[in-house]
Amino acid sequence: MTGFDLITDHLPVLTVVIPLMAGFLTPIVGWIDRKLCWYWVMLTMFAVLLMTSSNLYTVITSGTIHYHLGGWTPPIGIEYVIDLLNGFVCLIIAFIGLMVGIYSIESIKKELPNKIIPFYSIFLLLITGLMGMTITGDIFNFYVFLEISSLTAYALIAMGDRGDGVVASFNYLIMGTVAASFILLGIGYLYAVTGSLNIADMQGLLPSIYDNKVVLAALAFFMVGFSIKVGLFPLHAWLPDAYTHAPSAASALIAGLMTKVGAYAMIRFMFSVFTPEFVIDMTRMAEILTWAAALAIVVGSVLAIAQSDIKRMLAYSSISQIGYILLGVGLANVIGMQGGLLHILNHSLMKCALFLVAGAIFYRTGIRNLHQFQGLGKKMPVTTTVFLIAALSMIGVPGTVGFTSKWYLALGSINAGQWIFVIVILVSSLLNIVYFWRVFDNIWFGHPHEVEHIKRDEAPLSMLIPMVLLAVLCIFFGLFAYYPLHYVLEPLSNALLGIGVLP
Amino acid sequence: MSGIQESIVIRTVVRIMVPFIQIFALYVIMHGASGPGGGFQGGVIFGAGIILYAMIYGHKEGKQRMSDKLNRILSSSGVAIFAVTGISCLVFGGMFLQYGVVPLLPDNPAVVSRLLIDVVEIGIGITVLAVMISLFFDVSPPETDEEELPASEEAGQ
Repeated sequence: MTGFDLITDHLPVLTVVIPLMAGFLTPIVGWIDRKLCWYWVMLTMFAVLLMTSSNLYTVITSGTIHYHLGGWTPPIGIEYVIDLLNGFVCLIIAFIGLMVGIYSIESIKKELPNKIIPFYSIFLLLITGLMGMTITGDIFNFYVFLEISSLTAYALIAMGDRGDGVVASFNYLIMGTVAASFILLGIGYLYAVTGSLNIADMQGLLPSIYDNKVVLAALAFFMVGFSIKVGLFPLHAWLPDAYTHAPSAASALIAGLMTKVGAYAMIRFMFSVFTPEFVIDMTRMAEILTWAAALAIVVGSVLAIAQSDIKRMLAYSSISQIGYILLGVGLANVIGMQGGLLHILNHSLMKCALFLVAGAIFYRTGIRNLHQFQGLGKKMPVTTTVFLIAALSMIGVPGTVGFTSKWYLALGSINAGQWIFVIVILVSSLLNIVYFWRVFDNIWFGHPHEVEHIKRDEAPLSMLIPMVLLAVLCIFFGLFAYYPLHYVLEPLSNALLGIGVLP
Repeated sequence: MSGIQESIVIRTVVRIMVPFIQIFALYVIMHGASGPGGGFQGGVIFGAGIILYAMIYGHKEGKQRMSDKLNRILSSSGVAIFAVTGISCLVFGGMFLQYGVVPLLPDNPAVVSRLLIDVVEIGIGITVLAVMISLFFDVSPPETDEEELPASEEAGQ
């Protein structure tokens, strides 16, 4: 038995334990030398990325992984389950975490010079929380990790703009706590009626008591709780401030991951804790979700047009993009579901790239108001090109990732016979053009008399590498969407909707 | 220095209380495996003892007993103890936190399991107490003017 064999069986738990341990050891590493923190985080994130890739590969080739903590078999013990859905989301978390980690070295040095050690410590704990939420197969354990990820996110946001960051973080704390209470109540109700906390076990126990009012209340609580967590339209109030006032690297991380993991959790609860028949036919929750999502898509885009702070604009755009994910999920047919799930990947890539660009522009010029962006195209050509690619992808130009998911969502809407959602997607794409055009216009077509004596002053290499990599992936997955769709999303959508069985 | 801090009764009682609070905390931590209590509760009680001391004797005294550096090391090492215990179970071929597989006493895995749960509880307790204390020092207002302020008031009079 080699050393690697020893580890392979335990990869599911190590993906959570390693960032947890590394997060708590960061203060000691930083105490030896503050500069070592970044290398420490890189090492950890790289290890996590390798482990999550290996997990996803194992799931694709040989089926779902079950891991029993402490050797206690479920439903008594806590079980970690990795199937296609969370294997896929974990890989996104690890990858975006690594990208933001690389980027953070310069931006944190400038924005939070005195808080390097706490930032990296909390950064790793946030990754732990998100990873744990995704990987666990036990709903109470899920709640614990939800709290870890929320608390660390509050702390990261509070580190941002002096004053505003704290207020934004406090608003988020109130809303997040309300959401977490709803979710905890839901978990409590389900535990009361089934006596189990294991997701797979619960899915077997619940169908016989679907007419029980407690189960209906639990479903309602979960949907409201997760709607707050993902920032679905009427419950989005915390999101713009939180994204705007967080430090650049934290905005990119939180915008790229938090809401996506919330969407993952919603999918998991809708289709794995409850069954598709219950959510789609018996309570029609999926249909309600599509309408809420359609509203979010339009309103988010409209509100984004009204913003002049680039980070706030991107935050409102996030609200509309979350709508796409939930629209696909709510359509509840295989094509729509694939579009929604693919959009989890796509939106992480695009939004993370856009927030990184906003951070890089702020790093070099200190400007966040997009009306002052004149001449940036000449000053920071690579950064602005990344912005162009990510924004085109957001609009949904063919050849970029945004196109593929919008295409699938539109096809899914047609399959479901809901033509109105096709119109919603089209209108939202046009609105996307409007708000991104204002930025393009300022960057490349700003007043020439100001542009002439601008020197090229590009962001540092450590910022450029992750941004360019994300932009390249935006195009790569746009051209080769076949890979995620064929290997992961198609079997996954079938399995979630109960048409096929997970391999 | 406020009135409460000057009171000789409170200062004396606190000085006598603190060791007992800490012994009780250790009892709660060690009792965690077999009864109510555990690392978290015990850590909170232990931290509360030191916080009580710092409240009455002032931040300076408190920080002398529990410096920031010590705090940072304790908060990290507690979790490290937990994780190392869990991972040592992996090394001996068990699942994460499957204590019974660690061959400390080959004939009696149940006893090993109980011992290692205690180790984990101690780790959790150390982290909780360190975090409690650092929260207290972070949230409470700085007391740099502890000696200077009364002097300046006298000068004003």
